Amino acid sequence: MQIIYVLIPLSIFFLFTAILFFFWAVNNDQYENFDSSSYHILLDDIKKKK
Amino acid sequence: MRTQHNLKSDINYNYSVIKQLTIMAIIWGITGMTVGVFIASELVWPDLNNGISWLSYGRLRPLHTNLVIFGFGGTALMATSFYVVQRTCQTQLTFPKLASFVFWGWQLVIISAIISLPLGITTTKEYAELEWPIAILITIVWLSYATVYFGTIVKRTVSHIYVANWFYGAFIITIALLHIVNHLSLPVTIVKSYSLYSGAVDAMVQWWYGHNAVGFLLTAGFLGMMYYFLPIQVQRPVYSYRLSIVHFWALIGIYMWAGAHHLHYSALPDWVQSIGMVFSLMLLAPSWGGMINGIMTFSGAWDKLRTDPICRFFITCLTFYGMSTFEGSFMAIKTVNSLSHNTDWTIAHVHSGSLGWVSMITIGSIYVLIPRIFDKKEMYSSKLINIHFWLATTGAILYVAAMLVSGIMQGLMWRAIDDDGTLTYAFIEVVIASHPFYIIRLCGGILFLSGLVIMLYNVLMTIKIKELKFSKNEKVFV
Repeated sequence: MQIIYVLIPLSIFFLFTAILFFFWAVNNDQYENFDSSSYHILLDDIKKKK
Repeated sequence: MRTQHNLKSDINYNYSVIKQLTIMAIIWGITGMTVGVFIASELVWPDLNNGISWLSYGRLRPLHTNLVIFGFGGTALMATSFYVVQRTCQTQLTFPKLASFVFWGWQLVIISAIISLPLGITTTKEYAELEWPIAILITIVWLSYATVYFGTIVKRTVSHIYVANWFYGAFIITIALLHIVNHLSLPVTIVKSYSLYSGAVDAMVQWWYGHNAVGFLLTAGFLGMMYYFLPIQVQRPVYSYRLSIVHFWALIGIYMWAGAHHLHYSALPDWVQSIGMVFSLMLLAPSWGGMINGIMTFSGAWDKLRTDPICRFFITCLTFYGMSTFEGSFMAIKTVNSLSHNTDWTIAHVHSGSLGWVSMITIGSIYVLIPRIFDKKEMYSSKLINIHFWLATTGAILYVAAMLVSGIMQGLMWRAIDDDGTLTYAFIEVVIASHPFYIIRLCGGILFLSGLVIMLYNVLMTIKIKELKFSKNEKVFV
């Protein structure tokens, strides 16, 4: 079962990368304004289609 | 300069590659489900292949899975992700030529599958059957897809990255990683290679791949679709944007560790099996959080279910998503798995996910997408969408219910033991008992497939009919 010595570090690496992305998102104001973020796609769609 | 949310009306979005991908998704869906109906018929009438080897069940079954997962699902994910990324990032697709290559390359992959699998050219790894030259092509196409997708995100003109893009992005990165690791092999001829892994190691890598393909292609990718197209059709923002962010991070944090539940009671170490089971149970929380988030988006707009058949697709797909994720966690419990493993219950679970969740969210999203990319007011016929909805729902329920009953029956019959310790039933008795359910399953499949054919007609008519076009002064720009 030596393969788990590859799969577990690989998965941890993936998780670690995900955590980096999460911190990037928090530090870059991605999660500052949930209301306008969710309305944005609707406004964009109305603008193009009526 | 990037602003928080600036709405531009003069962006010339690249829709041509999306049009090609969307039409091909429907065509591969019909092709793949036709193969599915054929192999379901072979289980009802075992002599149906008439001795022709390339029509045999063993060769067509991987073709069915490849066509529906990668042909239908994969192409639809590419189409919708290219639309969503452009609209939410308010910018054109980067590298339009590379995007075009993604389309043609991916179609070449599917066509290679249609030729090679019936000929018996296979790696024999489930959901990774395509031999090494095709696997290399997939890698090249996938990396191009990632380049176009992430390139577009990088050059976005709004600072916020909409949640759907996170789901699509995780799906693209993970599939690349899984595909490469699981396909490491030594080629011996142009059509034959041997996997780098063997025995229990091979099984573990295979189901680390297989389960995460389910988790990231069939779940995360389609959740990206759900978080964009459902709010658009309901015309309400997603119920809780905060919950959608939690849903995303919880899902990708937990999914990676659940694959071992495919190998309960195998040569895999017990503790690995137990970890797989525990993480599978934890997965229920983000899955149901996402389902509730989708369903609650309808709050205040429930009346749309009376009038809008596209919304019916969305509510039904979320219901199936909730049921199949609950069932999945349940089946990952070792004692439950000892009853369900190798029975039709697994087939029921897979199709409750693939027909109920994946296909229905795709169908709903395509109905939303088609008028938008072809610049039409609406779909040609709402009535046909409604007929499609009922065909698909009835088909999926017939299919899933028949296989569920058959599966539990098989599990119970296989483990039944007489007082003297011998098995109560011979294997063939179980096969005979399953036969009626195979007929019901076939009927369900035919219903679902006919719905998709109606969809293709509806889509083609929408594109063709000129009256559906906007007149000049009708277009409203806010």
